[in-house]
This record gives sequence, C-alpha cells and structure tokens, in this order.
Amino acid sequence: MAQTLEIKRSSASMWGSHTGIRTSPTVAKYIDTTTCIGCKACEAACQEWNDLRRVPHQQIGTYQTLPELHADFWNLIRFKEQEVNGDFNWLMRKDQCMHCADPGCLAACPAPGAIVQYENGIVDVNQDKCIGCGYCATGCPFDVPKFHAKGGKMAKCTLCVDRVEVGLEPACIKACPTGCLNFGTKEDMVALGNTRVKALQANGFKDAVLYDPQGVGGTSVVTVLKYDKPEWYKLPADPHVGLLVRAWKNVLRPLGVVAAAAAVIGTFAHFATYGPKVPPEDRDDASSGSGR
Amino acid sequence: MDLSRRSFLKATTVGGAVALGFDLSRARAEVREFKISRTTETRSICPYCAVSCGVIVHTLGDRSKNATPAVVHIEGDPDHPISRGSLCPKGITLKDDINNPARLKSPKVRRPGSDHWEEISWDEAISGIARHLKDTRDRTFVAKNAKGQVVNRTPGIAMIGGCTDTNEFNFLQWKAISAWGVPYRDSQARV
Repeated sequence: MAQTLEIKRSSASMWGSHTGIRTSPTVAKYIDTTTCIGCKACEAACQEWNDLRRVPHQQIGTYQTLPELHADFWNLIRFKEQEVNGDFNWLMRKDQCMHCADPGCLAACPAPGAIVQYENGIVDVNQDKCIGCGYCATGCPFDVPKFHAKGGKMAKCTLCVDRVEVGLEPACIKACPTGCLNFGTKEDMVALGNTRVKALQANGFKDAVLYDPQGVGGTSVVTVLKYDKPEWYKLPADPHVGLLVRAWKNVLRPLGVVAAAAAVIGTFAHFATYGPKVPPEDRDDASSGSGR
Repeated sequence: MDLSRRSFLKATTVGGAVALGFDLSRARAEVREFKISRTTETRSICPYCAVSCGVIVHTLGDRSKNATPAVVHIEGDPDHPISRGSLCPKGITLKDDINNPARLKSPKVRRPGSDHWEEISWDEAISGIARHLKDTRDRTFVAKNAKGQVVNRTPGIAMIGGCTDTNEFNFLQWKAISAWGVPYRDSQARV
C-alpha cells in the first residue's frame, strides 16, 4: 500500500519523510468522562479491530477489566470510586495512548524509525523496527506502551491509523453507544470539549476542565473531567518528557557520536603525522627511548 | 572500481553515522493495511436485545463461486436509524459468537422421555412442529366458553417472538397465531 500519511517525526532518525508538500489536519479523540457509563464497548471494539488476544481477566474488586493497560489490551476503562464532599462518585476514564504532540516515547526510542509521528498527529509503534527495549515505556509520562512478551515488541493504541488513513473513525469511537466519545480534527474536539466544560460548569460542576496537557505539547486525546483533579483519574497533573530522556537524546548522544568520530579522526591524524608504530629493535636510535 | 578520495571519505562518514545509530535514509514506515477494504459487506441485525442495532457483517471473498466466505469482522451500520453505527460490547464481539464452536447450526430435538438431543434436518423440524401444532390445537381447542359464547381459543399453545424479528415478521406472526386462536402470545413488537 502506498503510504499516504507523511511522517512528521521518526525515532532516532535525522528526519522523517516530511516534505511539507502535503498537509493534513491534526486529528483527535474526544472523551467525555461525565457521560461514560462504563459499558466497555470501546474496549471490545479495540480488541476486535486490532485482532488482539484475550487477556485473562483479573478480579481486582471493581468492574475494571484489568488493573493496567496490557500489550494485548490497548484501551482500558478505569473505574474509580471517589468520595467527593462526603458523596460517593463513580469516575470512569478511558485509559489509552494520548498521542502527545511532543511524545516522550519517540524521544526515548533508540531504534531508528520504531516510533513515528504521522503528519496528522498519530504516534505509532512500527513493530518491524522495534527492538523491544522498553525505553518508550520509560519515556512515556502516561505509562502507556507495554512489552509484548510473545512478540518481543512494544505495543500500544495506534489511534486506528489504518482506519483513519482511509478516512474512517477509530473503532472505539464508532462503537460508543452513549456518544461520550467523538472523533474529528483537534480544533473541533477542543471546541466540543470547551462547550461541554461550560455546560458542566453551568450545571454545578464548577471544577470541570478539559484535560489537554501543554507539558507534552497538547495531546490528540482530549478528556473532559468533572473535577479538576487529574490524579483522581490516574492522570498526571502536569506531564513532561523526562529531563534525562531529553539530555540523553539531545546532549549525551550527539556528544558521544562526536567523541567517537573524534577518536577515529584522531587516530587517522596521528597515523598521517607520525606514521606506523615501529618496534623498539627496529628503531634507528634505540638509545633515545622516546621513539614512536 | 574507481574510488576517489572524496567518495571514500563520504562513504566512511555516512557508514560511521549509520553504525553509530543514526538512520540517514528517509523514514518510510507503512501503515497496517485496512483489513476490510475488499470484504463482502452484508447488513444484518444484532441478535441480542430488543434495541436491534444494525450491524455490517464482513466476510472473506467477493461471493465468487470458488470463495468460501467466513466472518472476519463485524461493526455497526452507520445507516441504521436506531444505532447509527454504534454497538454495545456484546454486539461488537458478534464475530466470536458466529465463529464459536459451540454455536448451534442445525435444529435439534429431545424426544419425550429421551435424555439427549438428536440432530434433525430443517424439513423434519418444520414438519414436526406443524404436526405438534395441529395435534395440540385439535386436542385443546375451545369453541365456546361456559356461558356458551363463541371464543375459538387454543389455550394449549403459547408463542413468544424473538428479539430480532422485524415489524413485518411480527405482523405475520401475530396474524398466524391469531388465526390459530392462541391467546398467550408476546413479541418484541410490543416493546
């Protein structure tokens, strides 16, 4: 299949296939946690579309399917029982890859081209080039990429790039019976989120916010939260790509490359200047002791 | 091979950079192909509940003589007026219901006094049901009640309609069982 999506950024590569000739709008998912009923249609739709294996369910005392995301389970509805001002609140949140504009996984990945960011903002793992080192999991502020033991590769939500590429919405979005999920351009989804937040605020939920963290450049998954307490939903309040990841990729690694190149060039320069090493017995002046 | 000093140095530099972990070629990752681009699409109705959401069943092949279809994917029908493309977790996993090895594919009967189910043909099943209906109706038919009023009831039979029956099917079903005089009847059209 001819590639129709240009790659904006590619891990451990000097450049992507970004030519700037074709442009495509940034796409995004909208998640309204206030109208989610926890039916898990999105979970099932994700498993079906991506042909993922069944993961043995673990009973953890809630309705939640699994305790955490899994390499064979890319879309998890979290069920949180939260007490708010003495009242019981059942908070649901769709946990999945956030498709950051500035992805920590891509920054941390050492395998050229294993993690790519397409022109439309989708961040995808290219399993052909993935070496399964797990650095992306370390670099991700949302703890999303998981190691697939059987495949020896990393796996996560692809934002159904195979569907979006041909003009369809992701499988989870299509399935959602309550309409708490939506899909469109980032611009439209943010507008939809702001409208919903205003409506919530007008209806007594003064703390309602739209979660679109700017620390990672904004995400292609915008989430409406009823309470401005991301930690209740197991979301980081202010996610950032780790300083070590940045330092490694932007400072240490180029330095290492320069150092390695300097060593090679230095050896050549030394050879060109002084010639080959001469054993002491072959030297003209053995007594000087300083012959090279 | 004509190798100039310049091209040797170029090759060494590029080779060194690649060896040190920089991919200098333009990245060309390919998106996983759209897996249902040429499957046969068949419209159907989800069999589970009374909402009767529309589904599209994707089967292998294009219905050619030599292609044996198999259900590879199911998703919501966006043109269906009720569900408009959405499905619940049961509906979205219909593929597994259809491909389930435990799924019944032919009629079975457990004869009176028997301890097991035996497989029978559709012809056998339909004529058997017709026979039982006729016999039961003949045996239990009530033409007049105690006051002598004409009622024409068949109280020995009850009928329940399935949830995926269409309005048209329910209409015919009610006409048929009314004609038999069955008073105990229910169907999804009521919901």
